[in-house]
Amino acid sequence: MQLPRLPFTPEQASTVSGEVDALYTYLVAITLFFSVLVTVLIFYFAVKYRRRDANELPQPIAGSVKLETMWTVIPFLIAMTIFVWGASLYFTLYRPPKDAIEIFVVGKQWMWKFQHTEGQREINELHVPVGAKVKLTMTTEDVIHSFAVPAFRIRSDVVPGRYTFAWFEATKTGRYHLFCTEFCGTNHSGMNGWVEVMEPTAYQAWLAGGGSDSPAAQGEKLFQSLGCATCHRTDTQGRGPVLTGVFGKPQRVQGGQDVTVDEAYIRESIVNPTAKVVEGFQPIMPSYQGQVSEEQLLQLIAYIRSLGAPAAAGGATTTTNGQAGGGAQTTTTGIAPDAQRSNPLNSTSPRPGGAGGGGASQSGGNSNQMPGGGNSNR
Amino acid sequence: MSSHDPSNSPSSDPSGLGALGSRARFGHENYINANYGIKSWLLTKDHKRIALLYLASVTVFFILGGIYALTIRLELLTPAGDIVQPMTYNKLFTQHGIIMIFFFLIPSIPAVLGNFLVPLMIGAKDLAFPKLNLLSWYLYLAGALFTIWALLNGGIDTGWTFYTPYSTTFSNTYVVAAGLGIFINGFSSILTGLNFIVTIHTMRAPGMTWFRLPLFIWSHYATSLIMVLGTPVIAITILLVAMERIVHIGIFDPRLGGDPVLFQHFFWFYSHPAVYIMILPSMGVVSELISTHSRKNVFGYSFVAFSSLAIAVFGFLVWGHHLFTSSQSVYAGMIFSFVSFAVAIPSAVKVFNWTATLYKGSISYDTPMLYALGFIGLFTIGGLTGLFLAALGLDVHLTDSYFIVAHFHYIMVGGALMGYLGGLHNWWPKITGRMYPEGWGRFSALVIFVGFNLTFFPQFLLGYMGMPRRYHAYAEEFQVLNVMSTAGASILGFGLLIPGIYFIWSMRYGKFAPANPWAATGLEWRTASPPPTENFFRTPVVTWEAYEYRPMEEMEVIGPDKEQAAQPAHGEATT
Repeated sequence: MQLPRLPFTPEQASTVSGEVDALYTYLVAITLFFSVLVTVLIFYFAVKYRRRDANELPQPIAGSVKLETMWTVIPFLIAMTIFVWGASLYFTLYRPPKDAIEIFVVGKQWMWKFQHTEGQREINELHVPVGAKVKLTMTTEDVIHSFAVPAFRIRSDVVPGRYTFAWFEATKTGRYHLFCTEFCGTNHSGMNGWVEVMEPTAYQAWLAGGGSDSPAAQGEKLFQSLGCATCHRTDTQGRGPVLTGVFGKPQRVQGGQDVTVDEAYIRESIVNPTAKVVEGFQPIMPSYQGQVSEEQLLQLIAYIRSLGAPAAAGGATTTTNGQAGGGAQTTTTGIAPDAQRSNPLNSTSPRPGGAGGGGASQSGGNSNQMPGGGNSNR
Repeated sequence: MSSHDPSNSPSSDPSGLGALGSRARFGHENYINANYGIKSWLLTKDHKRIALLYLASVTVFFILGGIYALTIRLELLTPAGDIVQPMTYNKLFTQHGIIMIFFFLIPSIPAVLGNFLVPLMIGAKDLAFPKLNLLSWYLYLAGALFTIWALLNGGIDTGWTFYTPYSTTFSNTYVVAAGLGIFINGFSSILTGLNFIVTIHTMRAPGMTWFRLPLFIWSHYATSLIMVLGTPVIAITILLVAMERIVHIGIFDPRLGGDPVLFQHFFWFYSHPAVYIMILPSMGVVSELISTHSRKNVFGYSFVAFSSLAIAVFGFLVWGHHLFTSSQSVYAGMIFSFVSFAVAIPSAVKVFNWTATLYKGSISYDTPMLYALGFIGLFTIGGLTGLFLAALGLDVHLTDSYFIVAHFHYIMVGGALMGYLGGLHNWWPKITGRMYPEGWGRFSALVIFVGFNLTFFPQFLLGYMGMPRRYHAYAEEFQVLNVMSTAGASILGFGLLIPGIYFIWSMRYGKFAPANPWAATGLEWRTASPPPTENFFRTPVVTWEAYEYRPMEEMEVIGPDKEQAAQPAHGEATT
């Protein structure tokens, strides 16, 4: 599907750029065909049948069902080809692969903050290796923003109160524009930056230059300092549920509904703990809204996730939502529409050793999981 | 007619409308000279006078919105944000959008041309509820004043889309006042729609069956359905925003327990159908213009009529295509994409039928026809680029970029505005009893067409290159196309000034218009120009089909100036 790149298109720097451009080229061709057709007909008729006499009275022409059918059905069929093509591309764009490097993104009026799994943080610059899949888990501290990298042909809104995702695999080293594309206030047009795509070795070197803790390790510290550990103990004697090994699994909550323990559910349980209380526990946990920043929330999630990934792969999570049944369909809070999107991701947590072992590999897994696996692909 | 010398016009005219109302000139009493004085206009229940009140008020808002637009284009001449402050820029595009959409485009054709023509076209004396009609203009005015008050006090910076939680929690501008203006204005829309629906159902002249109705009426009927069913949703949405802003009830702000994306669903549930409120009447106008100026019946009348209704119905089911990247579920996105492709089909059907109408017609190059032909071309491009945005995977790259700005301006300006201007030229003789200068009309139509394309075509390219919309400052590689766009905007602005000048000029100095200058078939052409207050000197009886063209002698004119109608002014006007 390699079509020549049209003029006025941005650089193709990700695996999907070419696919998006191919669909674009197809649509440009359709647009050209129909607008030229209509324009030529109009000019031809306007000249050929121009009024030659003020009292001219042309013969009326009744319609033609045959023609009407033709120009209803043909455009519809063409439209359906675009629909199918566009939809399949959309599924590619919005379903992050499982073996991706994960980076946390927090939008804030008017800057982009990133944190890598190894702990490096940066603002308005995002360093990524070429040829590796990168998944972005994004949220915002204030208003809606939108994360767009035209050279990668990706965009996803960043919405307060929920997590959204985007992914890409860069194919070319270089610096590419990163824009906020949802109007977010006074300095909206200043909320941009660069994605720096580097050779894997250079990226490794860049990572090594950082030095702060991994998000999971920072989350663990927060877990202690905020006092979470007093109730969420590792034995079953705590006043809150044990968190080891819960991530990615269905959890029965009060009311009989099953929810999947994903990023959205953990976030909700911290800022609005009484929304869905795990069965068998009292709604006694206070809200931490306002006490934990979005970045800290992501760190806490990273920590809880590091306490053990589910043994079985994620397919099950989708079905649990569907089975929830009863009166309460899926979830009722702001996270609901996200569920579909995040489900395929639950199985991500690409921890090399963690699959079977529960919490055993919790902090050790972090440092060695990274680009090694991703790089070897290309 | 050539014996009429404009200098004979009476010099004192309390109505301030020049000589166009002079009884001596027209030889008959008409709605303009029926009575004089400011009160006779401000308290009128005549749909034709109310149409003129609307004409004056939407023109004021169009000029204001246009000034905002030119300032925006001037700022974007250079990549750096150097002419206005970022906050000012944000207010400029917000206010440009609010004014153009709510106070110009939505009322333009329905409230001006629709108000004037709906009763005339169906052979009625007035709309069903003349007092409601006047009330709707006052509601429009009240809404407009609220909004202007907000603008004068510092303005509003949320974008015309009012996305939450920015609009409810973060913006420090006059969101509630401007929203209240739109809220009040919405009732004006609802009342107009209600009035049209009842009028079309109950007040058609004897013999005017549904399938003898001009397509202008069909499209206004479809528009009215959207106005009545859709507008309450935006009204409630604005109220919810105001409640969250003032008393902090958590509806949209997640920190108060709300959902910001819910707002987008509410907002687009009205605002996407609102696009059809703007374009459907224009399609109705174009059907009339194409038929009149090629003297052919509209090809596939019933297909064009029902396509209007199909657009109105499907239009309510596509709002989610504004949310493809807003974290909506991918499956919901798929359904909305499918329905969006479906709604494109009736529009395509219309374009093909208009084109086919020209076949073996008698095509004039009068100004209204130039606008109508321009409309078809621009609407085709506007519509086809809509397919880019309905295609899910492509929309991800294009949404919130300049591509979308270009797309909706091709529909709103290339479509709705061209239809409005074409319609204004076509019915100007009927409205004022005077002809506009044809040569200037054609010249300005061409200037506007060129200026429009130069302004907005480069924006498609900018969008695909990745330039985001609503950016006060931009990256340097986008400059060349932005300079082209700004150059186009100045040509467009200049082109729009010309009709503004000659329309005013023609009210005093234009040639007198006969009852039927275009030898058209509609009932509005079978009464005097301008029409008497009660529209027809006696109730017309319709015995012919829509767009049944016959020699002028055979087309009866109900009114005093039959002899005028016998000779179209067209021949003189073009020489």
